[in-house]
Amino acid sequence: MKITVCIGSSCHLKGSREVVEELQQLIADNDLKDKIDLCGTFCMGNCVNGVNVTIGEEIFSLKPETTKNFFETQVLKRI
Amino acid sequence: MRKFDTKVQDLKYKVLREVARHAFEDRLAESFIDIPDIIVVGNKPTMRCCVYKEKAIVAERIKLAMGGDKNNPNVIEVIDIACEECPMGGFTVSDACRGCIAHRCEEVCKRGAIYFDHNQKAHIDKDKCVDCGQCAKVCPYSAIVNIKRPCEIACKVKAIGMNENRSVSIQNDKCTACGACVYQCPFGAIMDKSYIVDVVELIKQSNHNQNYKLYAVVAPSVSSQFSYAKLGQVISGVKKLGFFHVVEAALGADMVAMTEAKELSEKGFLTSSCCPAFVDYVRKEFPEMAEHISDNLSPMATIAKYIKETTPNAKVVFIGPCTAKKMEFQREEVRPYIDSVITFEELQALIDSRDIDLTTLGEDVLDNASYYGRIFARSGGLSDAVREALKEQGLEDFEFNPISCDGIEACRLALRKASRGNLPNNFIEGMACVGGCIGGAGCVTHEERDKNEVDKYGEEAFEKTIQDAISVLK
Repeated sequence: MKITVCIGSSCHLKGSREVVEELQQLIADNDLKDKIDLCGTFCMGNCVNGVNVTIGEEIFSLKPETTKNFFETQVLKRI
Repeated sequence: MRKFDTKVQDLKYKVLREVARHAFEDRLAESFIDIPDIIVVGNKPTMRCCVYKEKAIVAERIKLAMGGDKNNPNVIEVIDIACEECPMGGFTVSDACRGCIAHRCEEVCKRGAIYFDHNQKAHIDKDKCVDCGQCAKVCPYSAIVNIKRPCEIACKVKAIGMNENRSVSIQNDKCTACGACVYQCPFGAIMDKSYIVDVVELIKQSNHNQNYKLYAVVAPSVSSQFSYAKLGQVISGVKKLGFFHVVEAALGADMVAMTEAKELSEKGFLTSSCCPAFVDYVRKEFPEMAEHISDNLSPMATIAKYIKETTPNAKVVFIGPCTAKKMEFQREEVRPYIDSVITFEELQALIDSRDIDLTTLGEDVLDNASYYGRIFARSGGLSDAVREALKEQGLEDFEFNPISCDGIEACRLALRKASRGNLPNNFIEGMACVGGCIGGAGCVTHEERDKNEVDKYGEEAFEKTIQDAISVLK
């Protein structure tokens, strides 16, 4: 599964680094490194709703503090 | 409002703007021939002997704005008819000579080249003179001057010569495309080829970023440019032109700092590889030192590579202060990542060709890099970043002893010492332009405060360490 986090300027300022770090941690904790491909991309053209994260084609709007919930409700069920 | 250092830049800008305007409006091929009439108005000459010569020179500038001579691999070209064939007599006695009786000039001249006429005024026998300049130094009236062409003085790699018609010629095997002559020629007779038409095409063909995503990678020296608008407005302007997104080249600099620090700690001695004119200079004049050039791609190429590897269907245009980048992006190892290069001068022309007033735009954001990536734009910044990167990677034990060289003369001195094995330093930060990238020939303005602007911009970075800035990358 491919999760892409927007690392464009706008999302960066809204905390994409924290989101990336949290996801990395959660992936490691759940032993999913082989199953999840975590990537960055510059801008998804949806700046007002950042931090933007996609699973495949589906786009989600995250904050650092909602990342854990996103992982538990959206990521884990797709594994 | 808008401000260039010289009227030559302003003239060049007007031509670029009109060429871009015609290209955007799909009428370049049919009506580029009308552009001289737009630039040279009326029938009173303001620059040359007559309006016909002015228009003829503008026509040559249009050729360069449209990509220049395809058979000349150099991006720096001479406009023959614009060259004023300035005198280049070397040391000459001027009218300020008082015909004194001290004759210090005669005493100091080891070649016996000084002689006097019946008014006791000094003259220089050019057959004997070797242009050492000692006579000029000792004359109490400063009456002896060194007459050289501004382009020749500007060119520290000695690539400037003269053809049979006395107009300037450039030796491509020596030229590093730094652009110093372009900026210094008071007649604008030397110009960098422009890829502005290619960039207009990239914008148009993207069809509002539907066909591919067009990225602008902007050099950190942007912080010292466009002082009439806010940086956020410049970013808005670039997007309004049709770019999908703007990314800091400084993030590439952060990546480079990390790998360069590691490489240095392993190899023990290194020169930087960020400045394409410096790298070219090392390869041409100190080939024995070329093996010590860092393996890193430049920050421009490094970040563009990342964009292309993570974003399918991306195209990348670099916007910076540098004419030598126009050579670099054509190199085999860089070509896959960079689709075109323009300068800040050319960005200004593009923005105005669409009648975009930056001062009326909202402020967009540009924030990817750390303080250290951003200060690459000024001399000393790269060394500071490598020192920080050594620290952040736990490599403090490596005794870092850098020398920051800005300007080719400083680079030459360090390289010569290094090639003879008597340079005490273990890292050469080489920048071809004085002051670093903020002194680049493609800058709109060059001012004393530029360095402070870069530092201020660096301090505004959201991420404070290099590691934090690059941690989002994979």
